[in-house]
Amino acid sequence: MYNFPGFIKQAPIIRKTDRADICLKVHTVSLSFLSEDIRMKNEGKSAQRPDNTAFTQQRLPAWQPILSAGIVIPGFLIIGLAFIGIGIGLFLTSQTIQVQEMDYTGVEKDSPCFRCTIPSNLNCTCEVTFSLSTLFTGPVFFYYGLSNYYQNFRRYGVSKDYNQLTGDTRYFKSRSPEEDCSPYSYDSNNNPIVPCGAIANSIFNDTFELYQIINGTKKQVPLDGRGISWWTDYNIKYRNPSPVNGSLAKAFDGTVKPINWPRPAYELDLTDPNNNGFLNQDFLVWMRRAALPQFRKLYRRITDGDYAAGLPAGNYSLTVHYNYPVLSFDGRKKVVFSNVSWMGGKNNFLGLAYLVVGSLCVVMSVVMLVVYAKFKFSDDDDA
Amino acid sequence: LMTRSPNWFSYEKRVDSRTIYVGHRPCPDTEAFIPSKFCDNRIVSSKYTVWNFLPKNLFEQFRRIANFYFLIIFLVQVIVDTPTSPVTSGLPLFFVITVTAIKQGYEDCLRHKADNEVNKYLVTVLEDGRSVKKESEKIKVGDVVEVVEDETFPCDLILLQSSREDGTCFVTTASLDGESNHKTHYTVPDTEKDLQALTATIECEQPQPDLYKFVGRMHIYKPEQEPAVRSLGPENLLLKGATLKNTKKIYGVAVYTGMETKMALNYQGKSQKRSAVEKSINAFLLVYLCILISKAVVCTTLKYVWQSKEGQDEPWYNQKTQKEKDTNMYLKMFTDFLSFMVLFNFIIPVSMYVTVEMQKFLGSFFITWDKDFFDPEIQEGALVNTSDLNEELGQVEYVFTDKTGTLTQNNMEFIECCIDGFQYKHRDTWSEVDGFTVTDGPVNKLQQKEKEELFLRALCLCHTVQVKEAGSEEVLTDQVDGIDEMRPQLEEERGFIASSPDEIALVKGAMKYGFTFLGLESKSMKIKNRENNIEEYKLLHVLNFDPVRRRMSVIVQTKSGETLLFCKGADSSIFPRVKPEEVDRIRMHVERNATEGYRTLCVAFKQLSAEEYAVADTGLREARLALQDREEKLIAVYNQVETGMSLIGATAVEDRLQEEAAETMEALQGAGMKVWVLTGDKMETAKSTCYACRLFQRGTELLELTLRTLEDERLKREEKLRELLQEYHRKAVQDAPPVKAGVTRSWSTANQDYGFIIDGATLSIVMNPQHEVDASQYKSLFLQICQNCTAVLCCRMAPLQKAQIVKMVKTSKGSPITLSIGDGANDVSMILEAHVGIGKEGRQAVRNSDYAIPKLKHLKKLLLAHGHLYYVRIAHLVQYFFYKNLCFILPQFLYQFFCGYSQQPLYDAAYLTMYNICFTSMPILAYSLLEQHISIEILLDNATLYREIANNAMLRWRPFLYWTLLGIFQGLLFFFGVRFLFSNPALQDNGQVFGNWSYGTIVFTVLVFTVTLKLALDTRHWTWINHFVIWGSLAFYVFFSFFWGGIIWPFLKQQRLYFVFANMLSSVSAWLVIIILIILSLLPEILLVVLRKPRGPHSRQVYLSLPFPFWILPFYHIHPILCYSP
Repeated sequence: MYNFPGFIKQAPIIRKTDRADICLKVHTVSLSFLSEDIRMKNEGKSAQRPDNTAFTQQRLPAWQPILSAGIVIPGFLIIGLAFIGIGIGLFLTSQTIQVQEMDYTGVEKDSPCFRCTIPSNLNCTCEVTFSLSTLFTGPVFFYYGLSNYYQNFRRYGVSKDYNQLTGDTRYFKSRSPEEDCSPYSYDSNNNPIVPCGAIANSIFNDTFELYQIINGTKKQVPLDGRGISWWTDYNIKYRNPSPVNGSLAKAFDGTVKPINWPRPAYELDLTDPNNNGFLNQDFLVWMRRAALPQFRKLYRRITDGDYAAGLPAGNYSLTVHYNYPVLSFDGRKKVVFSNVSWMGGKNNFLGLAYLVVGSLCVVMSVVMLVVYAKFKFSDDDDA
Repeated sequence: LMTRSPNWFSYEKRVDSRTIYVGHRPCPDTEAFIPSKFCDNRIVSSKYTVWNFLPKNLFEQFRRIANFYFLIIFLVQVIVDTPTSPVTSGLPLFFVITVTAIKQGYEDCLRHKADNEVNKYLVTVLEDGRSVKKESEKIKVGDVVEVVEDETFPCDLILLQSSREDGTCFVTTASLDGESNHKTHYTVPDTEKDLQALTATIECEQPQPDLYKFVGRMHIYKPEQEPAVRSLGPENLLLKGATLKNTKKIYGVAVYTGMETKMALNYQGKSQKRSAVEKSINAFLLVYLCILISKAVVCTTLKYVWQSKEGQDEPWYNQKTQKEKDTNMYLKMFTDFLSFMVLFNFIIPVSMYVTVEMQKFLGSFFITWDKDFFDPEIQEGALVNTSDLNEELGQVEYVFTDKTGTLTQNNMEFIECCIDGFQYKHRDTWSEVDGFTVTDGPVNKLQQKEKEELFLRALCLCHTVQVKEAGSEEVLTDQVDGIDEMRPQLEEERGFIASSPDEIALVKGAMKYGFTFLGLESKSMKIKNRENNIEEYKLLHVLNFDPVRRRMSVIVQTKSGETLLFCKGADSSIFPRVKPEEVDRIRMHVERNATEGYRTLCVAFKQLSAEEYAVADTGLREARLALQDREEKLIAVYNQVETGMSLIGATAVEDRLQEEAAETMEALQGAGMKVWVLTGDKMETAKSTCYACRLFQRGTELLELTLRTLEDERLKREEKLRELLQEYHRKAVQDAPPVKAGVTRSWSTANQDYGFIIDGATLSIVMNPQHEVDASQYKSLFLQICQNCTAVLCCRMAPLQKAQIVKMVKTSKGSPITLSIGDGANDVSMILEAHVGIGKEGRQAVRNSDYAIPKLKHLKKLLLAHGHLYYVRIAHLVQYFFYKNLCFILPQFLYQFFCGYSQQPLYDAAYLTMYNICFTSMPILAYSLLEQHISIEILLDNATLYREIANNAMLRWRPFLYWTLLGIFQGLLFFFGVRFLFSNPALQDNGQVFGNWSYGTIVFTVLVFTVTLKLALDTRHWTWINHFVIWGSLAFYVFFSFFWGGIIWPFLKQQRLYFVFANMLSSVSAWLVIIILIILSLLPEILLVVLRKPRGPHSRQVYLSLPFPFWILPFYHIHPILCYSP
C-alpha cells in the first residue's frame, strides 16, 4: 500500500500564543550615536525587555496551507469538469443565437450599394435584400458595424466637452483656446459648435428601413429606437440644457450644429421630442466609444407589432440611406441582425475557452496522478 | 605591521597646532592675547533644521535616480500633451516622497532630541573663581570644567586637578571603545593647586579621530620664573563620552569641543553599505528600463509606419488641429516617444522603493523585538543600527569572527604557571602550604623557592592594575569568578581595576600563591609577601602595553636600591629578548598550555645598573616630551630597554568559551558559511579554541602557513612560502572533488575537510611580497585555498590586517557577502569593512556595527532564521513587484496595436494611479513582513536550509526570467482573452454594447484578482493579517470601483467610468471571462508547485520526507550532545 507524498495530511501548525508578559514597552531605535549616551545613563532604570506577544515574536497563529497533490488533483478534476459543463452550456447557448450579417459598404461593383460610394452621389439610397429560411426569434437586435474605424484614437476620445453634454449652457460659447474639442470647436465663421468635438461630429448617419417582402409588396418592419443606450447614460450622465421658454432650440441659441450634422442637436429626431438634444439614443450610443477598431453598435430593436416574436421566414429588403463615408480610410460598414441570450450576443470564444481549459484541467489531473504514482514508487525503492 | 602613513600625511598637512589659554587668561610670554576661534561645544548629529528640512530633504530624495526618473516623467506629463494626466504619476510620487520624508523627519527628530539632551546638559564651569552652571553647548575651548563622579565629560579635557591625592582619576570609556575597565588618567604634573592662579597655555595638535593618540605641551607661567614645560599625552586627556569613576571630582581645561571632539570625529563619514538585493533591484530596473524604452521605440516607429498608409494618418472623422499640422515632424516623433514613455512608465514600479524601505524599516523591528535575543544579564536585546541590510543576513558566505571576547568570554582565570621549567598548579586544598604545589617537583628546593618568589613578585609588580578603594560602596567591578576563593584572613574586600582581564587574573593568581598586591600610592607599589610582610617598591617607569609590541614592562626600585625591570608579554615577543638557553625549558610548557586553549604569557626580568637606568630614564623622558612621532620614539626606547632579560616563567590563563559557541559555529558551517577566526592571539591558543568550537574537527587536515612552517634551511622565506602555497593549493583545490553547487560539504559527506592556519607575519608576506609581480599570484592562491577550507584561522593579526583580510575576501571573485562579528575596539575596522557588521556587547563595536547582539549564540537565530526569512521576503517582494507591473502594463502596450498607436490608455487614470499604491501594495507588504515559508524552528534545526538561498538564489537572472515570463504570459492572456470576448461587444442580455472603458475595466479586474491571488498562492503562512489584507484589498478594489463609478465626480473632466463597473458586473459573459482568465493565469503556477515538489532537494522535502513527528521536533538524533572540555 502506498500513499502519494502530497496526500499526507498535514496538520496545520498553529502555535500557541505566548503569554504576554507584563513588561515595559521600550522600543529603542538607535538612530543616533548620541542617544546611546542617554541610554547609558538610563541603564538599569528601565529594562528594555522586548514584548512577549505573538506578533512581536513572529508567532501569530497561522494557517499553513500546503498545495499538495491530495488537494490539487481532485481540485483540478472538479474545476475541469465544472468548466466543461459551463463550456458546453455556453457553446450550446451561443449556437442557438441566430445572426444575419451583411456588408453593405459597396466595394464590389456588383454590390447594391456600389453606386453610393461615389462621393458626388449625395442622398444616395440603396437596397440590400436577404432572406430568412426560419423564424428569427425575437426580440431581434439590429446592429450596425464598422471596421478599420478607430473610435479609440486618443485625440478622438478626448474630443468632447463633458460640461456641454450635461446641459451646462455656460460651456456652449465660452471655451478656453486649448480645448480638447479642437478642431471641432468653432466653424469657419468662428461660431461655437455644440456639441463640439470629433466624436459628436462624426456620428454615424446612415439610416435604415427594414421591409418584409410579402408577395412582392413591402411591409415595413417597425424599428424601436428606445433602450439602445445605457440607462445611466440616458437618465443621469447626459443632460439637455433646460429649455428656454419651453423650447429646447432656444437653449442652443448662438451656437451652430456640428459640421457634418444635417440638423442641429435639438432636431435630431423629428418624430420624438424626447429623443433630441444630447439625449438622443443614437447620439448616446455613438458617444460610448468602441474598444476596438472593428466594432458594432446597437441601432434598433425589433420588438413591436407583428414582429415582437421575431422575424418570420421570408424575404426582406433593407433600405439604406447611404451617407457615411468609410472608403477613404479603407473602412467597411455592415448591418447585423441578432438575437441575444443570457450571455449577450453570439460569441463562441467563451464556450470554447471553457471547454479547452476544462479539458486541460482534467488532462492535467490525470498526468499528475501518473507522475505521482511513478515518483512514489521510486521513493519506495530508495527507502 | 601597522601602516602609519595616513597619520603621517595628516601630520604634515596640518601646519598648525592649536594654542589654548587655560581659563582664558592671557600669558605674559605672548605679545597679545588672541582669542582664537574654535567651534562651540554643540554636538550636531541631526541633518535638518525646521527651516531647511523641506528643501534639503527634497533635494536629497531627488538625488536618488528612481525618484528623479519619476520627477522627469511627471514634468513631461505636465509639459507635453500626454495620454495620462500628471496626477497619475504625480500622486504616487508625492506619496513616496511624503512617506520617505516623514520617516527621515522622524529619525531626525530623534537625533535632535538626543542632541539636545547632550547639548543642554548642565555642567559646572569655573569662571573668575566662581563655579557657574552652564549648558554643555556653551563650553568654550579654554574653559575650566568641573566634573563629578559618574558624570560624562562634556568635551575633551586636559586633566588639571583631581580630588584624588595622587593626581589620578579613573575613567571608563565603555561608550567610546567598549572597554568597560577603568583606566587611569593623570593630572599634568606639578601644576598649581590653585587653578585661579594658574597661568598656562596648552599647545596641542589639531583634532584628529584616533582615540588613543594625543600629543601636546603645556607651558606654565609663574611670576619671575622661566615658564615650565610639561608634555601631555593621551593619559592626560579625558575624552568626551567617557565617564568619571571612583574619583569625587576633577577639573580640566577644554581643548577640543563640539564636533571637534574625538568622539564626534569618530562618527563622521560612516560609509553607507548597500545590500546585494539593492544591486539586483538596480539591475532589474535597468532591464525594465530597456523594456520600457524599446516598447516606446517600437510603438513610435510603428505609429509612423502605420500613419504612412493612405487615410490612416488623418481620417476625416479625426482631423488634426492647425497647430498639430504645423509641428515639425521630428519634434512630433519625439513628443510621441515621450508620450509612450509616460504611458508605459508604470512598468517601473514607483512604489517599490517605498515598499522596500517600509519593509526594511518595519521588518527590522522583529529583530529588536525578539525576546530570544534579550540577555537578562546586561538587560539588553538586539540592536539594529541599519535596516538596509536585513536581507544580507540571509546571504552570508563568510563569517569573520574575533576570538577573544567573541568566541570566548574574555573572562580569565589563572590556571597554572611554570617557573623555571617546572609546572605549578593551584590546588584548592588548603592543607598544603599555601596551596602552591609543584606538580613535577624541583630538585633544589632552596634555589627554586627564590625563583618562585621572584616570579610571584614579578606578577605582583608588572601590571597597571589599580586596587579598588576599600570603603567605596560600589560593587566590585572585577569579573573574575575566583573572588570567593580569597584568603579568609583578608578582612577588607579587595577589588582590582585594570585595562585587561588578564592582568587581574595574574594578580589574583599571585594572591592565591601568597603575594598580595596592596596598591600603588604616590609612585610606590606595596605588596604583601608570604610572610605577611609589606614590601615596597618605587615605580619608576611603566612601559605600556601595546598590541604591536605585545608586551609591557615596569621599572621599579627596591628598598635596597636595586633597579629592576619586569617584563611580561606574549612568548613570541619575549623569547627573542631573553637568553636562548632559558627558552627551551619553558617553551615546551607554553606550547602545551596553548594547545590546551589557555592564554599564555611569559615573564622576564632584568636588573638594571645605575648607568643603564640613567640612559633609559633620559631616553624615556625625552621621548615622552616629543611633540611629533612620540609613539615611534617611545617604542624605540622601549625596545632598547627591554633586551637581555632573563626568563623566569610563564603563566596560563583560561578564557572560557562563550555559551553555545560550538553549536553556533557548527550551525554556521552546516549552513554553508565559511568561518574565519581572526585573532591577535597566538596560534596554539587560537587553534585549541577552534577545536573547542568545532571549527576544526578531528578529521580536519590542517594546512599551516606560519613563520614556523616557513623556516627552512634550504630556502628563503618567500620561496618556501611559494612552495607551501602551491602544495596546499594542489591538495585543497586541485585534488578536491569538484563541489556541486548547493550540495556542499555537510557532516555526513566523506570529503576530506581542510583547515587553514596563517599568522599575521606570513599574511603580510602574502599581501606584500618583495616582488610586486608575485602579489596577485600569492593572493589568488591563498584565496583559492581558503575558499576550499571549511575553517580558516588567522592568528597574530593586527586590527588593520583583520580589515585587510575581510576586504580581500569581499572583493574576491563572485564578491561573496561577508559578516564580521567582534566585541572590541580592535574589531571595529573589520566590522566596518564587512558587508554586515555585528557588534557584541562592547560599545564601540556595537556603535559601528550594523546589528548588535548580546551573545554569540544569538548569531545562529539572527542568520538562520531572521536572515533567511528576510531574504526570502524581500526577494519575493522585489520579483513580485516587477512581475505585477509587467502584467499591468503589457495589456496597455498591446492595446496600442489596436488603437492606431495613439497612446490611448487602456485603464482609467484612477486605476493607473491606484494600482500600485492601493490595490496591490498592502498584500505584498504584509507578506514581506510576516511570511515564514518555513517555520523558524525548522530553519533553526536545519542549518542546511540556509544553503538554498545562498548566492542570491532568488534574485538571480533565472528566477527573474521566470517571473518576467509569468508576467508576459499573464499580460498576454488578460489582453487577448478580453480581446476575443470583445469580438462581439454586445455582452449584456439587453443587447447593449460595451465600450473601451468596459474593456479596460474587465482587464484590470482580472489583473488585480490574478496578481493578488498569485500572492495568496505563494503565501505559506496565513496569519489573520494576511487574510485581512489580501481579501481586504480585493474587497476594497470592488468597493472602490463601485464608488468611483457610482458618482458623478464634480472635479473630473470626463466621467469615463460612470457605471462601467456596475454594468460590467451585470453581464454574465464578463463574469465568466474574468473567472476563466484568472484560473487560466494561475494554472501554470499551481501546476509548477505541484510537479516540482516530488523532485530534487526542495526545501520542504527535508522534513516532509521524514516521518511525521520528527520534523516538528528538534533533531536530537542527529546532533550528538555537544560538550567540550576546557
